[in-house]
Amino acid sequence: MAALGAAHGDRLMAAAPLHIAGERLMLDPAGVLHWPARRLMCVADLHLEKGSAFAARGRLLPPWDTRETLARLVPLLRLYRPRRVVFLGDSFHDDDGPSRLAAADRAAVLHALAGIEAVWVAGNHDPSPPAGLPGMAAAEHAEGPFVFRHVPATRAKGEIAGHLHPKAAAPTRAGGIVRPCFVSDGARVLMPAFGAFTGGLDVADPAIASLFPRGGRAFLLGPQRLYAFPLAPGRRAPAFSG
Amino acid sequence: MALLQAAQRGEHALLLAPTGGGKTLAGFLPSLVDLAANPRDGLHTLYISPLKALAVDIARNLTLPVEQMALPIRIETRTGDTPVNRRARQRERPPQMLLTTPESLTLLLSLPDAPALFGGLGAIIVDEAHALAGTKRGDQLALCMSRLATLAPGARRVGLSATVAHPEPLRAWLSPTARPDDVRLIETKGGAAPVFDLQLPEGRLPWGGHMGLASAPEIYRRIEAARVTIVFVNTRAQAELVFAALWRLNEAALPIGMHHGSLEIGLRRKVEAAMAEGRLRAVVATASLDLGIDWGDVDQVVQVGAPKGVSRLLQRVGRANHRMDEPSRAVLVPANRFEVVECVAATEAAAAGELDGEPPRPGGLDVLAQHVLAMACSAPFHPDALYTEVTRAGPYAALARRDFDDVVGFVEDGGYALAAYDRFRRLFRDAEGMLHIRGQAAARQLRMNLGTIVETPMLKVRIRGGGVVGEVEEWFVSTLEPGDCFLFGGQVLRYERLDPAAVIVSRGGEGEPRVPVYAGTRMPLTTYLAARVRAILSDPRRWTHLPEPVREWLRLQRLKSELPPRDGLLVETFPRGGKWFLVAYTFEGRLAHQTLGMLVTKRMERRGLGPLGYVGTDYVLTVWSAFPPTEMDDLFAEDILGDEMEEWLAESSMLRRTFRNVATVAGLLEKKHPGQEKSGRQMTMNSDLIYDVLRRHQPDHILLRATRAEAAQGLTDVARIASLLARVKGRIRHRALDRVSPLAVPALIEEGREWVAGGAEDALLAEAAALVADATGGAEHFAETLAEVTEAVPVRGTSVAREKRRSKWRRSAPRMVTG
Repeated sequence: MAALGAAHGDRLMAAAPLHIAGERLMLDPAGVLHWPARRLMCVADLHLEKGSAFAARGRLLPPWDTRETLARLVPLLRLYRPRRVVFLGDSFHDDDGPSRLAAADRAAVLHALAGIEAVWVAGNHDPSPPAGLPGMAAAEHAEGPFVFRHVPATRAKGEIAGHLHPKAAAPTRAGGIVRPCFVSDGARVLMPAFGAFTGGLDVADPAIASLFPRGGRAFLLGPQRLYAFPLAPGRRAPAFSG
Repeated sequence: MALLQAAQRGEHALLLAPTGGGKTLAGFLPSLVDLAANPRDGLHTLYISPLKALAVDIARNLTLPVEQMALPIRIETRTGDTPVNRRARQRERPPQMLLTTPESLTLLLSLPDAPALFGGLGAIIVDEAHALAGTKRGDQLALCMSRLATLAPGARRVGLSATVAHPEPLRAWLSPTARPDDVRLIETKGGAAPVFDLQLPEGRLPWGGHMGLASAPEIYRRIEAARVTIVFVNTRAQAELVFAALWRLNEAALPIGMHHGSLEIGLRRKVEAAMAEGRLRAVVATASLDLGIDWGDVDQVVQVGAPKGVSRLLQRVGRANHRMDEPSRAVLVPANRFEVVECVAATEAAAAGELDGEPPRPGGLDVLAQHVLAMACSAPFHPDALYTEVTRAGPYAALARRDFDDVVGFVEDGGYALAAYDRFRRLFRDAEGMLHIRGQAAARQLRMNLGTIVETPMLKVRIRGGGVVGEVEEWFVSTLEPGDCFLFGGQVLRYERLDPAAVIVSRGGEGEPRVPVYAGTRMPLTTYLAARVRAILSDPRRWTHLPEPVREWLRLQRLKSELPPRDGLLVETFPRGGKWFLVAYTFEGRLAHQTLGMLVTKRMERRGLGPLGYVGTDYVLTVWSAFPPTEMDDLFAEDILGDEMEEWLAESSMLRRTFRNVATVAGLLEKKHPGQEKSGRQMTMNSDLIYDVLRRHQPDHILLRATRAEAAQGLTDVARIASLLARVKGRIRHRALDRVSPLAVPALIEEGREWVAGGAEDALLAEAAALVADATGGAEHFAETLAEVTEAVPVRGTSVAREKRRSKWRRSAPRMVTG
C-alpha cells in the first residue's frame, strides 16, 4: 500500500508506514502517529501551558506556547479525522494547566475535539484528568495488540510510549543535524514530544538507548517527510537512568 | 601625587599607567591619608576589581602596612567565596575598606539596607577599568556606580587602567555624568619601550595552522636562556599542545607549568603560587593570566601565535619585568605566514606608540533588566527617577525612554503583547506610580541569576578514584566514546563514562589524543591591526622587516595574481578539484567573515551559482561553489545587508546563541548551577524554542531587540561588514585565475568550515537517509535481521563517521567572544 500523501496547508507531507505486531501504523512527519485500521491518532507530550507554569513560578516565558502547539495539532486532527485520539501523557505541563487555558485556546480545543473520543493518558506532569475538557482519563490505554502508556516499561511488546522526548543527530556530509524523532525496534514505538516548548533527549542517552538493546531505527522529523537512520544497539545502563 | 591632589579637590580621576607602575596602591593612598587623619566608622572606600583573586591579593598587600602603622582601618573582601557569617557581619559592622567584584556589588545594592551601608561612602576605586569598560560586566558596574552616586553623592571615583588608545570612552564610562570632562585624566608615561624579537621555526615556514608547534624547540631554547618566562598562547587547546610539545623536549626537566581557565581552581592557585615563589622557569598561559597579580621575576614573555591586537600584545608584554626603567622583552612566535605579517604590523604599531581600541558600544538591555530587578529588590522606585539615574551611567547615556520602559515592562510581567500574565506580575504599581516588588521569589531569582557571564555548559573532569582536575565543554564530551583519549592539564586522559555530575576518566591511554576545544577563546583581529596588515601587504617598500620566506611568498603572489590593495578589495576565483573557489582578501576578522560568508553564499544561491560551503579566517573569506562565480560587484554589494539578511540572520545559530545569553542575563532563563538536574544542552534547546515562538508572535519584543543589537557588534560583527562594503564599493578587483594563488593556499587548508545550511539541511538529511537505505537494502520492515543491519552500518564507531561527527562539532560549537 502506498504511503499516505496528504496536504497540510500547501505542503505535501508523506507519512511513513511502520509494520508492528501485525498492524500498520503511519508515522506522520509532524510528529503524530496514525493507526488507519482503527482511525486512531496518538500524540505525546504536548506540555500545554508550560509557559504559564513557569510564569506562575516567576520565570516569565512567552505565553504563546499553547497557541503554537494547537495551531500545529488542529490541522492534523482535521486531516486524519480520527474516531479516537490518544493524548499520551504530559498533555499539560502541570495539573493546574487546564485552568490556565486562555478562553480562545480552550474554545479551539473544544472545537477540534468535537465528535472525537479523547483519551487522556496520565503523565508524570499531569497525573489527574484535565478538568473541563471532554474525553476519558486512563492510566494507560490498551487497544488491539498495543498498549499506549506515558512512561515506557522496561520490557514491552507492542508499546506506544512518550515521556522521553527523543531527538537524534543524523550524520550527513555537512555534519550532524539534530531533529526530534520517533524511535522503534519493531517491538515498541517511542513518540517525539509535540509541544512547542518541549526540548529533547538524545537517543544515545542511556535512558533511551537501554530501551532498544538490539538497536532500532530513528525517524527524524522533517517538514515534508521522515528521515530514517539506524540506531546502534543500546547498552543496559545500570549506573543511572537519566 | 596627582591622584592625591585630585582627591583633595574632590575630583574624579582616571589614572592611566603601564602595567606594574604600582597604580593600585596609588589609588588607595588618598583614602589611607584621609582615614589616618580623620578616623571614623562605616564604609569609606569601595574597591572593585574584575578578578576575585586580585581583590584578595590587594587586601593582603594593604593590610600589612596598615597593621604595621597601627591605623584604625579594617580592610575586608567580599566575593562569591565570602562565608555567610562574615557577610552578615559586614552588613552589621562594615569595614572602612571593602574590596569586591561587580557581581558582589550588585548583590549588596539589591539589599534593603544598601542606603545605610553605602550612605557614607567617600571613594570608589575601579581597578583594571580598561578590562571592564565596554563589556557587560562594565555595563553592570556603571549602573551600580550610578546607584552609588544617588546613595552617596560625595563619593569620588578613581579609575585605574592600563594605557589605552582612546581614553575618552573610558573617562565617559567612569564619569558620574557620562561626560568625559568630569573625570580628570592622569597619565604616567611608560618607562623604556618594550623590545620585540620575531622567532621563526627552523626549516620551512608553515602555510597554515595556528598552534605554532613547529617553533617548540626555539621556544624551549628561549626558556633555557631566561630566568622566568611566560609563554602566552591564544586558546586553551593551544596551551595544552604547546605545553605537551615543550615537555617532550624538556630533557633538562625544567619546571614548566600551565595555566588556563578550565583547569581546576586549586591547580591554578598552585601554579600561581609556584610562579610567585620563583619555583617555575616557565608557565604556558592563556588570557587567564592577562590581568592581575604580580608574578615576581618574569624576565621574558613569549607570544605564540599572532597577537590579534596591539593593546592586547602590550598588556601581555607588560607582564614581564615590572620595573619602570628596564625594557620588557618579548618574543613573538607566528604560527603561519599571515601571522608573520600580523606580528610585524603589531610590533611596528607598538614602536610607533599606536594602540587599537574598539569604539564604545551602548550598554546591554539584558544587563539593564537585571539591574532594574535588583533595584526593585532594594526599594520601591519611580520609573522617572530610575531612568534619570540610569542615563547618568556612560553606557546608557543615550538610552531611549521607550527602551527603558520596555525593559521595566519586561521585568514587571514579561512585556508580552498578550496580557496573559497579569496575575503573575513581579512588580506592581501603587497610586503614586512607584513600582514595588511582589513577594520574595523575585529576590531569590535575582540572586540565582546574578552576573552577566553566561558560561558554556561545562562538565567536571574527575579521575576515577581521584579528584577533579578541571572541566571541559559538554559538547566536547558528547563527541567522545569510551576509550577515546584526550589531552587535558598536560596529561593524556582516557574517557571511561559519564556520570551525572562529571566525566570519569583514567590516566594514560593509547592512540592519538584529541584536544578539547573551547568556545570563545579566539579573539578576532582588531580593525586597526587589520588596516596595518593590509598596508604592509600592499606596499613592497614596507616588506623590509619581513623575513625572506614571507617576502618570497608575496613576490610570487604579485607574479601569479596581484597584491591585496590597501583600501580596495582583491577577489580571486579559480577552479580546483571539480569546484570553483572564491577567495576575498577582506581582513575583517573571523566573526565578520563568518557572517559575510553567509551573506555572500545567500546571494550566490539566488544567482544559481550553487555555493557549497565557506570558511572564514581572520584574514580572508573563502567560498566554494558548483559554478564559476562572476560579477563581484554584485556579490559584495552593500545591499546584501538588506531584508534578506534580517531573515537569514534570524535563522542563524549565531543569533540563537546570542538570544540564549541575552535571555539568561535578563532573567528569562535560569542560569545553570552545579548539581542541577537540568543540563545545559536542554537549556540550549529550550532557548531555541522560546526564540522561535517569540519571533513569530512578537518580533519587536525587547529581548529580541536586545539580541539583534548585541549580535550586530558581537557574534555577527555586522557593523564591520557594513564599513567594509562601503569602503570597497567601486574598488573591487576580480582576478580569474586558472589555479590557486600563493596567498590563497593558507585559506584552503583552514579548518572549521561552515556549510551552506538553511534550506539545504533537509536535502542533506534526505541524501544521508538514502545512503543508509541503499546500504540496508531499503528495509522498511523490522525483521529479526535488524541488529545485523545496524552493525553493518554503524552510525558511530567507524573513523569516517567519527570524522563527520567532529566536523559537526566544529560547525556547531558556540563561538563567543567573552575574552
